[in-house]
Amino acid sequence: MTPLAGYLLLAAVLFCIGLAAALTRRNAIVVLIGIELMLNAANLNFIAFWQFGAHPAPVTGIMFALFAIGIAAAEAAVGLALVIAVYRHYRTTNMDEINELQG
Amino acid sequence: MVTGPFLILAALILVGAVAAVRMRNLVHCVLAVAVVFVGLAAAYLQLGAQFVGWAQMLIYVGAVAILLVFAVLLTRGGEVPERALFSPGWHWGVTIGAAVFALLAWAIRQSPAAHPPPAAPVQVTVEQIGTALMTHDVLALEVTGLLLTAALIGAVIIAMNDGGPQ
Repeated sequence: MTPLAGYLLLAAVLFCIGLAAALTRRNAIVVLIGIELMLNAANLNFIAFWQFGAHPAPVTGIMFALFAIGIAAAEAAVGLALVIAVYRHYRTTNMDEINELQG
Repeated sequence: MVTGPFLILAALILVGAVAAVRMRNLVHCVLAVAVVFVGLAAAYLQLGAQFVGWAQMLIYVGAVAILLVFAVLLTRGGEVPERALFSPGWHWGVTIGAAVFALLAWAIRQSPAAHPPPAAPVQVTVEQIGTALMTHDVLALEVTGLLLTAALIGAVIIAMNDGGPQ
């Protein structure tokens, strides 16, 4: 197994753990943690491909990862603000108790 | 070849991720996810991306983990839930996760892009990154700044107390 394949497999496992958390946990904060894990797995892929893949312009891969980190931080801030607003309204952060829009 | 430091880091990251997903107490979940962020920063350093590694350390371990702790405390999530942790249809989620992993693992095994010939390691200095940020990628930098400002104001407005009775 090449080092790149090792890092890609690690990122794939991390992504799937995050996906399973986002799909199965009831608490909204753990769902957000799962989304963060998925974003981090994608970032690990960017850096692994930058280091081991073909690179006509060496700085581009770094830039991609840096902007992805910045946008993920903005996403975390807005997501947690939404969790707090939902908690104020419903007095719970459990996703299956917030079902007013359910048909 | 896969080396020892990589295996140690991978074990740290995966154990942290599983703990973050499985823990009952939300504060423990956040601590475990901070361990994952530190492990990923170390992986970036090992891959030769020093700037991204330290940015990860500052932004994720320094900011996002603290933000998660605040959210847990503001929503009284520190109390251990007495009811089930997982949704009623949790086995579907696990099945979907396993299926996605099987697909990704198959793709990594098959794709020639995942098995490149060994090449000389790339090195990018902070000076190069700064020059690129100020010349080639300056538009993306400005747009990211605008987005972060909008996200900050939006987060404050969403989370702001509307003054109603509590």
